[in-house]
Amino acid sequence: MAKIFIYPSTSLILSDLVARYGHTPLSSATAIREHIQTAGFESAPLQISPEDPKKGLKWAAVEVPSGVRGRMSLYGPMIEACEAAIIIDNADLAFGCMGCARTNELLLFLVRQKDVPKLELEYPKNEEEGVTFVAAVRKFLTGLGGTK
Amino acid sequence: MTPPVRIAQLSCGPEYSGIQQEINEAAKAVNGEIFFPDIALKDIVHDFSEFGLDVRSPDLKLAIARAKALVDGRVEADAVFIATCFRCAEAAIVRNELRRYIHEHSKLPVVSYSFTERTTSGTLLTRMEALTTIARRRALLARETQQGITLGLDSGSATTKAIVMKDNKIVGTGWQPTTEVIKSANEVIAHALQEAGITRDEIQAVGTTGYGRFLVGNEIKADLIQEELTVNSKGAVYLANRQHGPATVIDIGGMDNKAISVMDGIPGTFTMGGICAGASGRFLEMTAKRLGVDITELGPLAMKGMGAQVPMNSYCIVFGTQSLVNALAAGSSREDVAAAACHSVAEQVFEQQLQEVDIKEPVIMVGGTSLIEGLVRAMGELLKVEIVVPPYSQYIGAVGSALLASGFIKDD
Repeated sequence: MAKIFIYPSTSLILSDLVARYGHTPLSSATAIREHIQTAGFESAPLQISPEDPKKGLKWAAVEVPSGVRGRMSLYGPMIEACEAAIIIDNADLAFGCMGCARTNELLLFLVRQKDVPKLELEYPKNEEEGVTFVAAVRKFLTGLGGTK
Repeated sequence: MTPPVRIAQLSCGPEYSGIQQEINEAAKAVNGEIFFPDIALKDIVHDFSEFGLDVRSPDLKLAIARAKALVDGRVEADAVFIATCFRCAEAAIVRNELRRYIHEHSKLPVVSYSFTERTTSGTLLTRMEALTTIARRRALLARETQQGITLGLDSGSATTKAIVMKDNKIVGTGWQPTTEVIKSANEVIAHALQEAGITRDEIQAVGTTGYGRFLVGNEIKADLIQEELTVNSKGAVYLANRQHGPATVIDIGGMDNKAISVMDGIPGTFTMGGICAGASGRFLEMTAKRLGVDITELGPLAMKGMGAQVPMNSYCIVFGTQSLVNALAAGSSREDVAAAACHSVAEQVFEQQLQEVDIKEPVIMVGGTSLIEGLVRAMGELLKVEIVVPPYSQYIGAVGSALLASGFIKDD
């Protein structure tokens, strides 16, 4: 079973699809859950501390805004750990929304650079495209040794 | 207990920069409450499209939609705090446009801020305090005349000032460099009282402002302890006799600078800068010292010089001083160097701060640096306006405090 980076990483639908085929989705929820479950530290709402943007320096230089570096401290390790990736372009806000366009540009670049199996699809605009979309995702996930 | 002032936050990035907690704490310290305007997904798409600024970051789209909801009255708030990452060009455009949009289309006080992961609640405190003051004390800020006998004290980072006012007139002044905060305060108060021929017991109300406002305010049992943004705005329009209509107040201080866009004496938007000492009164003090003149002589000296003849870039106080030394060594006159130093400070304030407030005339310069004529001239040249420097401009915070404190005089 593969660790699969998903984009938009906040997409619960995509995360659920990946999990249904027995793979491990690498998503925002996973990274943020780790932060929130860290005891003894109070930095609402995401439990991200000012130290996290400094960890983000591994992926983005100091002149890059702190919000980008803070986000990269979450997504950077996921991109390093992933064994495959699914990227959905131009997704609807309701499907999954990642707040910062600059971060999105950087992490998509890093994923595309990585030598792992990738599936990149346009977000479906109607039901017919939706059916094709789900079929393509299913084929990709089963191709990676997924179950179901 | 007074209900907290509800401050709507429009932002991109603070939670990922690890500073959301700092924002919350700064608001809480001044009895404010941060909240995020709640809007439906369909409204985000609609409002963002209608606003017409085609940004790519979804968090900025959300901020735009939230701003529209506030202006349209679909969400109620007392004040607005706009915060985006420092060094993000896209966010800087949105921050400026939202600030302007809210300022022009509502009565909500707005402050905008660009943060880094190093931003602390302490840095935000004065801004939050000003926001909550404007929201909570509109009636007090509407005061146009001073009544009775009041004392105003401005415990600044560089100097401490006191003013005694009686029946809408300044009758006593005190000024000295800040050393020990309380000792300096007591000395300037004593001087102002002596000049006024008034005893401490005759004072009916006291107001304090400036960095040491809480310490001194508690010590001398002030009736009003208030940040310098609202107090200075009030003092500026009062002294310049421009209490009605728009005005812009510029205060280049010893430690930070303030640029405030005022309407009817009440701040609408404002910026407080303090990133580089090269853009502060401190740099002019160092220049005066290097030129061997008193700070009071720097202005007249600069008026005789031509700043353009000296290559100078004081974006950093250290390198700025080095440019100054190099220019003198290369044969530049003291007058030209003094003018260049003034121009450099004015230019930095113009480039870094005045772009974030709408400059509307009259432009009123206040604070100790407003007495440096060369600096006022340089600022006027950059803004292409005639700058107003009211009488007693160096006492601005103390005057504003004394004026507002008269609202606390108890009727016998």
